[in-house]
Parts: sequence; C-alpha cells; structure tokens
Amino acid sequence: MNCPECDAALKIPEDADIGEIISCSDCGSEFEISKKNGVNIELKQAENVGEDWGE
Amino acid sequence: MAIVFDRIRKEEKLLRLEGTRMGHNIMMKDAKNIQIDTTSTSDNFGDIAIGRCISYLRGLHFTSCLEFLNIPIINKYNVMNICGNKLFTTLFLKKNHIPTPKTYFAFSHDSAMKSIEKIGYPLVMKPIIGSWGRGIALLKDKDATEALLEIREINNGPFDRLYYLQEFVIRPPRDIRVIVAGNNVLAAMYRESPLNNFKTNIACGALPVICKVTKEIEEICMQISDVMKNSILGIDLMEDKKNGLVVHEVNGTIEFSGLMQVAKNNIPMEIIQFAINFARK
Repeated sequence: MNCPECDAALKIPEDADIGEIISCSDCGSEFEISKKNGVNIELKQAENVGEDWGE
Repeated sequence: MAIVFDRIRKEEKLLRLEGTRMGHNIMMKDAKNIQIDTTSTSDNFGDIAIGRCISYLRGLHFTSCLEFLNIPIINKYNVMNICGNKLFTTLFLKKNHIPTPKTYFAFSHDSAMKSIEKIGYPLVMKPIIGSWGRGIALLKDKDATEALLEIREINNGPFDRLYYLQEFVIRPPRDIRVIVAGNNVLAAMYRESPLNNFKTNIACGALPVICKVTKEIEEICMQISDVMKNSILGIDLMEDKKNGLVVHEVNGTIEFSGLMQVAKNNIPMEIIQFAINFARK
C-alpha cells in the first residue's frame, strides 16, 4: 500500500490493528487504520494531536 | 470487557494482550465510531469498560454516556472530570487535606498579570487541560511573562482565559509517578528530568528509574484513592525541600509504558485483574 499523500510505499506491520497509526517514513504523514480484513487495509487521515490529549 | 479508545497506543495493545491471555473476552471499542442516543441499550460493552481515550474531553463525555447506559466504567465520570483539569485537581487535593503546591488562579489576562506581579518570580504557569508537559512555562521575568500572556490572549481559546499559576517547588531534578489501582499501589518510578529542563514528563525526555514505595508515599496515595474510590490513577508527587512530599497531578488515563521499563510487576495484567474484580463486586 502506498502513502495517499506522497505515494511512497507504507510499511504496515502484519499485526497492526484498527485504530493504530501508520506513519509514512518519506513525508511524515500519519494515517489511522480504519478497516482491516485480512491483507485488505483501509486508511484514513489520523487526527491531529489535540490540546486535550494525554493522560 | 470493553476497552474504549480513540487511538491505539502500546498501552491499549498490552491491556488487550493480557486480558486475552487471562481468558477474558476483550472488545476494542473505538469511541470515534460509536453512536449513542437517549434510547440506546447497554449491549456490547461486556461487564465492564476501561476508558482509554487519549482525548480527555472525548473520553469524559463518552464516559458520561456509558454511565447513562448503566455500564460500569473505570474511571468514573466524576474522577475523570477532576483528573483531566489541573484546577479541579488542585482544589480537590486541597479540599481533602492532601499536600499540594501553593497555586493561584486568575480568569483574565490583566488579573493574571496583577497576580504574578504580586506573588513574584519564579512561577510555573500551566494550561489547565493538557498533558505531556505541553504549554508548561517557568516564568522568570516580566518581559517573557507578558509575551506568554499576550500569546494566550491572541489565541483566545476557551482555556486560554483560565490562568493556573503554581509556586516553583525546590526539589531534586525529578518527580515520582505512582500507579494506583483501587487501594493498591502497583508500582512507582522517579522521572528524572533531562539536562537543563525542569519538566519531568517522560514525553519530554525524562528518564524512568524505579522508586521504592515508602510508607509516606503509600499513605498519600491511599488518601487520594480513598476519595476517588475504585479508580486507576497515576499520582505525581514532588519532593519539596521545604514541605516534604506534595502531589501536583492525578492522572485518570494513565500511560504506563515508561514505568514498565523499570517495574518488575505486570502492570497491564494487574489493571485487567482490578477491573474484573470491580465488575464482580
């Protein structure tokens, strides 16, 4: 699967889950795994870090 | 059991792994994908939910909805509400006679400046909502302070009008993070500040070092857990050279991967076990 932003190849670990964040090593864009069915994976733009994020 | 999240971190994976290994059915629930209405039923969350949203406000409001549906959740709305807001936390600590640094509150730019001039420098200014040391500033002089207050005025977000100013505590270059589940201290660590940085957040590069849980640490933590009953908390203490141990934060959605680097016990397993025991009560 390629980065929707810069088209570089994305490295997605086999055990990655829905909700996990994938970063593009080329452009730094972050994507969230929104659907996963075997090897078929759908990504969406990850949310930006919010003011209220943390512990 | 349900784990409610909005971003899967190492902690959520470990909780699921340990829960599954212990033979429980762990359901991962992404709060971003769940719709709730006033006629919803309490299906599909199991016997108990653990709230793990990275967004404090999302987690808080989601917790409120789950409580409306009578779904037991750790932590409860009232606990989350206090822990996620530094002003509420400080008031809670003081009200319950738990030692905490002297803190000042102001509700406008001019009032904050007047307060700072009256108290004097140095002072620590913190955003009332937020984590990982972001936005925390050590105020040392008037010029830098006026610039910081001006930035807040320009940003003009709802939390920018709330000013939280705390005495600068003279302490070793570290603080203590204690993880508590109900009436049990699970583990503690020192968080040693990186060089030339007064912040002790792991996210800011602080180094985790195992800390022995003394009787005094345990007593202070139990004072908090006695009031915030049946909660999983990350309690932060400073070793104030003048006043002894003081609590400056109580966290309600703990990140424990830093502590796991040095603790001997299995923290995610103990969290799952605590939640199961709570559900069986």
